[in-house]
Amino acid sequence: MDLIVDAVAEAWRLLRTGDNDIYGITLRTAAITGTSTLVALLIGLPLGLGLALARFPGQRSFIALANAGTGTPPVVAGLLVSIMLWRSGPLGGLGLIYTPAAIVIAQALIAAPLIVAITAAAVMALPPALHLQIRAMGANQRQYLWLIAREARLPLLVAIMAGFGAVVSEVGASMMVGGTLAGETRVLTTAAVLEVSKGQFGSALALGFILLAFILVIAAALTIVQQRARRR
Amino acid sequence: MLGLALLVPAACGGGGGELILATTTSTENSGLLDALVSLYEEESGDHVKIIAVGSGAAMSMGERGDVDVLLVHAPAAELAFIDAGYGVERARVMFNDFVIVGPADDPAGITGSADAAEAIEAIAAAGARFVSRGDDSGTHAKEKTLWGAAGLEVPSADGWYTESGQGMAATLTIAAETGAYTLTDRATWLSVSDSARLPLLVEGDERLFNVYHVIVVSSERHDSVNTAAAGRFRAFLLEPTTQQLIGEFGRDQYGEPLFTPYASESN
Repeated sequence: MDLIVDAVAEAWRLLRTGDNDIYGITLRTAAITGTSTLVALLIGLPLGLGLALARFPGQRSFIALANAGTGTPPVVAGLLVSIMLWRSGPLGGLGLIYTPAAIVIAQALIAAPLIVAITAAAVMALPPALHLQIRAMGANQRQYLWLIAREARLPLLVAIMAGFGAVVSEVGASMMVGGTLAGETRVLTTAAVLEVSKGQFGSALALGFILLAFILVIAAALTIVQQRARRR
Repeated sequence: MLGLALLVPAACGGGGGELILATTTSTENSGLLDALVSLYEEESGDHVKIIAVGSGAAMSMGERGDVDVLLVHAPAAELAFIDAGYGVERARVMFNDFVIVGPADDPAGITGSADAAEAIEAIAAAGARFVSRGDDSGTHAKEKTLWGAAGLEVPSADGWYTESGQGMAATLTIAAETGAYTLTDRATWLSVSDSARLPLLVEGDERLFNVYHVIVVSSERHDSVNTAAAGRFRAFLLEPTTQQLIGEFGRDQYGEPLFTPYASESN
C-alpha cells in the first residue's frame, strides 16, 4: 500500500518538476498514438465500409479475418514489423527501425483490424431499408457512402476509441520496434516497463497514473464529440 | 502537425553518424550506459541508439548486421562470435562480479561460502527454490557454467528450479517474492529497490568474475554496419578518462562503484 501512496506522490512530483522528460514522453505518446490511430482509421474505415457494403465471393471469410485480427497480439505485430525494418530485413534500407515511424507502423497494424471489424459490424447493423431510401433520394456513390457513415457515426466513434485504446496500452510492439530510446521512442508504456525492469516500482506506477489520466482526457473528448453527434 | 514534428527522428543533423549499440540489460538498468553515451555523443557528434537485450540476443543481432557495436558479458559466446567472423577488435572494458543471493533463513546453508559451485550444489541438494534467468543472457550463461563446475546437469525447470525469462531486476523481484535463490550481477543487485534486495550470501569466488567486452560488428558480411562510428565508440570506452568515469559511477548513490575499470586493447 505504501507503494501506491508513494507512487501518487511521485506522479505529482514528476508532473510538477517535469523530471525524467515526463512532458516530452507524454507529448510523444500523444503524437505517436494519435498518428497510429489516424493511419489505422484511414486504412480501416474504407475497408470496413467496403466489407459491409460490397458483395463479392469470400466476403464472409474476410469479415472473419478482420474479426480475428482484433486479437492481433502486439508482440507478434512488433516482431513482424521488426523483421521487415531491421537492417537485415527487406525494408532495412529505409532506416526506420528504432524510430517513432516504426512504432506508428506496428501500432497501425494492431489498430486497423479493430477499426475494420467495428466499422463493418456497425454498417451491417443499419436497417436494410435505409440503403434503398438513400438510393431513392438519388444520391450518387459518394453521397451514399457519406450518408451511411453518418448514420453509423456513433459506433464509428467506438471504433476510433477501440483503436486508440489498443495502441495507447500496448507495450510489446513499441518496445521491439522502437527500442524505448530516451528522447526518441520512449513512450509512457515502455517507460513504465523500463522502470519496472529497473525495480523502480514507484516511478513505474507514477507513469501508469499519468498514462491513465491521458487516456481519460482522450476518452472524455471523444465522448463529448459522440454525445454531440447523437443530438444531431 | 505537432505530431508530425515530433515524429521526425531527433537523429537528423549533427556531423556524426548513427550508431546502434546492443548491450545487456544489466549495464542499461544500472544507468551507467546513459551517462557514458551522452558524454560520447557530445564528444563525437555521433548519435547512439542503445538497444538493451540479453548478451545472446545482442550477438544474434550482430550476426545479422542489425547493430554496429556490442557491449556484452558472455566470454565463451563472444569468442565463438569472433571465430565465426561476425565481430572484430574485441577489447576488455570493465568488470564487476556475480553474487549468489537468497532468502535470509538460507535453507541450503550457503551463507559465507566462497565456493560458488559448492553453494549451487547445496541449493540443488536441499531442493531449495532457485530462479534462473533462462533467457540466454550473460548471467544465464554464467549460471550454466556454475552447474558444470559443480559437475551437475543444468536442472530442468520443474519444482524447485524455475526460469523467469526476464531481466535481472525482474528476476530479483521474483526471487525475493518467492523466497528463492538466484545468481545476479552485483550492479543490478545494488541498484534495485530494497524490497527486491535479497541478502548477499556468496561472493568472492573467481569463477564469479564478470567481464564486459566491446566488440565491433564486422562489415565483411553487412555493408550497412557503421564500423567507423563503432570504432570511435570502442576507442572512447578504453580512454583513461572514460575508464575513470566507469570507476566512479554509482559511488554517490550506492556507496561503492558498480563496475571496475579494466580496459585492455587485447582481451
